[in-house]
Amino acid sequence: MSKHVTAEPGLFDAKILAEASLEALRKLDPRKLARNPVMFVTAVVALVVTLVAAREAATGSGHLLFTIQIALWLWFTVLFANFAEAVAEGRGKAQADSLRAMRRETVAKRLLFPDTPDRVYEGVGSDDLEVDDIVLVETGDVIPADGEIVEGVASVNESAITGESAPVIREAGGDRSAVTGGTTVLSDWIKVRVTAAPGSTFLDRMIALVEGASRQKTPNELALSILLSGLTLVFLIAVVSLWGLAAYSGTILSVTVLAALLVTLIPTTIGGLLSAIGIAGMDRLIRFNVVATSGRAVEAAGDVGTLLLDKTGTITYGNRMATEFVAVSGATVRSVAEAAFLASLADETPEGRSIVALAKADHGLKEPAGGRGSFVAFTAQTRISGVDLDGRLIRKGAVDAILRAIDLPLERTPPQFRQAVDRIARSGGTPLGVMENGRLIGVIHLKDVIKPDIKERFAALRAMGIRTVMVTGDNPVTAAAIASEAGVDDFIAEATPQDKLAYIRAEQERGRLIAMCGDGTNDAPALAQADVGVAMQTGTQAAREAGNMVDLDSNPTKLIEIVEIGKQLLMTRGSLTTFSIANDVAKYFAIIPALFVASYPELGALNVMHLATPESAILSAIIFNALIIVALIPLALKGVPYRAVGAAALLRRNLVVYGLGGLVLPFVGIKAVDLVVTALSLS
Amino acid sequence: MSANGWLQIAVTLILVATAAVPLGLYMARVLAGERHPLSRLLGPVEAAFYRLAGIDPAREQRWLGYALAMLAFSAAGFAALYALMRFQAVLPLNPQGFAAVPPDLAFNTAVSFVTNTNWQAYGGESTMGHLVQMAGLTVQNFVSAATGIALAAAVTRAFARSGAQTLGNFWVDLTRTVLYVLLPLSILLALAFVLAGIPQTLSGAVEATTLEGAKQTLALGPIAGQEAIKQLGTNGGGFLNANSAHPFENPSALANVLSIAAMLLVSAATVVMFGRMIAAPRQARALIAAMAILLVAGVAIVYAAESAGNPLLTALGVDPLQGNMEGKEVRFGQALTALFVAATTGLSCGAVNAMHASLTPVGGLVPLFLIQLGEVLPGGVGSGLYGMLVFAVLAVFVAGLMVGRTPEYLGKRIEAREIKLAMLAVLILPLAILGFSAAAALLPDALASLANAGPHGLTEILYAYSSAAGNNGSAFAGLNANTAWFNTTLGIAMLAGRFAYVIPVLAMAGSLVGKTRAPATAGTFPTDGPLFVGLLIGVILILGGLQFFPALALGPIVEHFLMLAGKTF
Repeated sequence: MSKHVTAEPGLFDAKILAEASLEALRKLDPRKLARNPVMFVTAVVALVVTLVAAREAATGSGHLLFTIQIALWLWFTVLFANFAEAVAEGRGKAQADSLRAMRRETVAKRLLFPDTPDRVYEGVGSDDLEVDDIVLVETGDVIPADGEIVEGVASVNESAITGESAPVIREAGGDRSAVTGGTTVLSDWIKVRVTAAPGSTFLDRMIALVEGASRQKTPNELALSILLSGLTLVFLIAVVSLWGLAAYSGTILSVTVLAALLVTLIPTTIGGLLSAIGIAGMDRLIRFNVVATSGRAVEAAGDVGTLLLDKTGTITYGNRMATEFVAVSGATVRSVAEAAFLASLADETPEGRSIVALAKADHGLKEPAGGRGSFVAFTAQTRISGVDLDGRLIRKGAVDAILRAIDLPLERTPPQFRQAVDRIARSGGTPLGVMENGRLIGVIHLKDVIKPDIKERFAALRAMGIRTVMVTGDNPVTAAAIASEAGVDDFIAEATPQDKLAYIRAEQERGRLIAMCGDGTNDAPALAQADVGVAMQTGTQAAREAGNMVDLDSNPTKLIEIVEIGKQLLMTRGSLTTFSIANDVAKYFAIIPALFVASYPELGALNVMHLATPESAILSAIIFNALIIVALIPLALKGVPYRAVGAAALLRRNLVVYGLGGLVLPFVGIKAVDLVVTALSLS
Repeated sequence: MSANGWLQIAVTLILVATAAVPLGLYMARVLAGERHPLSRLLGPVEAAFYRLAGIDPAREQRWLGYALAMLAFSAAGFAALYALMRFQAVLPLNPQGFAAVPPDLAFNTAVSFVTNTNWQAYGGESTMGHLVQMAGLTVQNFVSAATGIALAAAVTRAFARSGAQTLGNFWVDLTRTVLYVLLPLSILLALAFVLAGIPQTLSGAVEATTLEGAKQTLALGPIAGQEAIKQLGTNGGGFLNANSAHPFENPSALANVLSIAAMLLVSAATVVMFGRMIAAPRQARALIAAMAILLVAGVAIVYAAESAGNPLLTALGVDPLQGNMEGKEVRFGQALTALFVAATTGLSCGAVNAMHASLTPVGGLVPLFLIQLGEVLPGGVGSGLYGMLVFAVLAVFVAGLMVGRTPEYLGKRIEAREIKLAMLAVLILPLAILGFSAAAALLPDALASLANAGPHGLTEILYAYSSAAGNNGSAFAGLNANTAWFNTTLGIAMLAGRFAYVIPVLAMAGSLVGKTRAPATAGTFPTDGPLFVGLLIGVILILGGLQFFPALALGPIVEHFLMLAGKTF
């Protein structure tokens, strides 16, 4: 499996941190804060306490030092949250910068008479191109915009986008006709019809995505924000009403302590880290060289219930390999091997090469000294190839094509032959007939070779409740055999694009989310219908438009990693939410006894942490509350580790770590902060 | 605490469990419109009702239609009840010749019975005539309970159906619940109560001469009938002021066990019904387990606190083995009183067989806290189930993300709209309880109603608003609630607690019913195991209860520490 993963910048890359610190201040802009209700409330409260401190400074009343410290730590809470978001964005920005370097202004050769063979062009700036302009791109030129090749073939260096330096072939017509702006033609020339206006090209969109400029809240993030806002309101009610209840009880609570209580209770931890988690999730995907066109798609990836996987390239190696020669009609296995060997010597297809390799390995055959003879190439009409050598006419090909060539119906072939063909087909292989001088002499067993680790991966997916479905053009018998060998849950044989689409719809009606990948134009409807449609970078423009992710490495196996990244994103969110909410218990025990110590010293019994003074208790809670955001930034960015162990086991583990941990940790943490606060006599 | 006491508690709970399963399965048949033993006998009556009212029973409603029908029905019930009370002086069946009920009290009482709260700011035997009691209050006891069950059935259908539009027909659900469930059960229970010695008569009060020769007025009336539905419908509004502590409402330990079992029965059965209707009994079992664990914990705390007694009284020479018997009936004892206290507030019943104000501070904290949790243990008939489902949805949402998928409950994806509506519902209780309590704690007029100062007085206020907003109806005692301020604000709290809560819940159901029910896989968050039960309990305590902690700290919690320090109020 070729995987291309960009190196991750260190969590504490000094440059990113320095920029993020500045950015954290810039994010104090109320318009930006308003996007995050929890932090907005925190900022408002910080402002109010600052005003209280100013009044206390002016009038000389109150407990000025304490108020100032509370105000400071409230501002720090907001800044830390901004910082978390800025760090997450900063990690993407580095990548965006390198992409932007590619997006330099180039001169495009716009054809004046595109419909004629003339290659008369005018030079225009790539930013002035319009959709449907036809441009000429020649050796050494940078392709000025996204487009579709209308004429010509060229090798293109796409390393700017994919990081892969090997050139790819792009040609008019078919599934390899899309080109991306910013990539370079290495040889030959092409005429390209521009399909994206400047500023909305693939590269532009990628930059925007990486930078998080076009970031919108994803559905689940939105739901979580609503929950957090709701909790904030609940605690606002609790804190405001507490003033009245306290007044009845003989304590007039100051704005400062109520503010401290409110901010420690509202879910600032998850509120502060929520957007950082989302950005980091997208970032992880980009490091896997997958670009999602929306955060929604990343979330959907975590929910996928069924994976539609193309057999070829994902489950099996892209090509079949010869594994066996079978002799019929009195021929020997060796003679069949020799005939097949000679017929394949000039055959450069992977199948042909595998026949040569098998014959050499099993029968010690060597290349004939007298030359290879004249090669008969495979054509779509005959579907037969072979060699004419020293008067021997050797041919190999699909069984039906061979039989048609010698005009022999299957029923009249030797029983040995029929048995062999049947056995091979049933085991999921492909039988090739071999004939010499018009006489059927044997069968070659071509076999799909399943990737070595794929079965274990499918088992892991099954443990997570994800079904795998193999899509193949093979007949049902062959498909069934490969499906059972690879351990997929279901297969679609003789699949047409319509079959795929129908299958996706049927699964969706049963409430499952589907992920698939594809590259051809005929995959486009299914890619669009699937909840997660991963288009290959090598695919057509139509496919890339239809999907909601593009895999820059064009590696269909990645679908599995994409699902894992989606799950990790949701898990991180859930774990930190649970942690944040569980934290509240300890904060109550820190602050409530401190608030009422004057009128009810007996409530000191609730001071289970034995915090030194009421002021130090409140201060410690608010300091802990701010610092925990910083402490959790690495977790938010890296994500909670994902394991394919099934939902029940995952839940148990995360509930213990983040639920129970969230309950216990603040008791320890607040006590520790209190010791420091007391030692430094801050209160 | 004693083994004998726990045995009494266990026997009562086992009685409930045994009866709730068949009843729940029967209710599922009734509400699904399937054939059942009573359909041959009463089917024509049901059909006649629909013909009379011009209802097409086959035509189902979407959530909004369902909600509007429910609101219209409740509004009509309110108007009728209000009128009955205002005109009682000129209406028949008023042997004591009671005067018209004043407007604020009539408003409060009408709201109270329509919302299944049964908060009583009046003394029944000294305010309401038999007509109001029977045609007004008892009728509402039936239909407000049936409304709750109908709502629960509608919310259940949201989970049971896949990709549907409608939640059922309110009128049909209401009619079937009254006709096939509440009426037959009440008749059986009323007969049992009469056997246990509860009076059922249309005559007025009788005069008796006591042994000392004093004259005593003994209030009488159709008590057994009202008592049956009072418990079965988790209404809690007694015929008599002393409620189930009065020997005519609750004459013996046997009647007490029957009362507790009856109030728990229908709510528990509703959860069984839920499991049957969604065809996943294991899911219902998890909900019941969470309810039972919290309820038994509540019982244990009350039982322990009350048995331990009050150290101040022990110091005065009271036998500590008795525990705290102040405000309790000797014929029930500590165990069954503790069970009654926790059950009536874990439910939204609100009947009382002891004076909650006389409980020890911790013993009084439990019923207050159980109400504030939203009365989901197992809660009011119907309302307990949908309240629990809101918690389940929130629990699944918060923790469900931890398995790496968009949270699903019972195969329905929980998304922004559901969370918004669930949070709207969850906001109602803190808003009504804490908001009104804080206002009352600052208003001299309101404070004049308090019988006690200090934390105990604050608890009286908190309890009143919790009881109203939670549609519980039990009183802490010690608070004179029959004032314009309390009648009005408690009335508003009751309306908010019922309707402002259930309308978002119905809207959530409307959104859920349209979603496809996804099949469970190994990747699905499991909601039927002990792990989920523990999680649900955690969410109920943290999301449902934690916001009340500061208020409780100033009420019963500090009172407890003050008691240990030797101070009383």
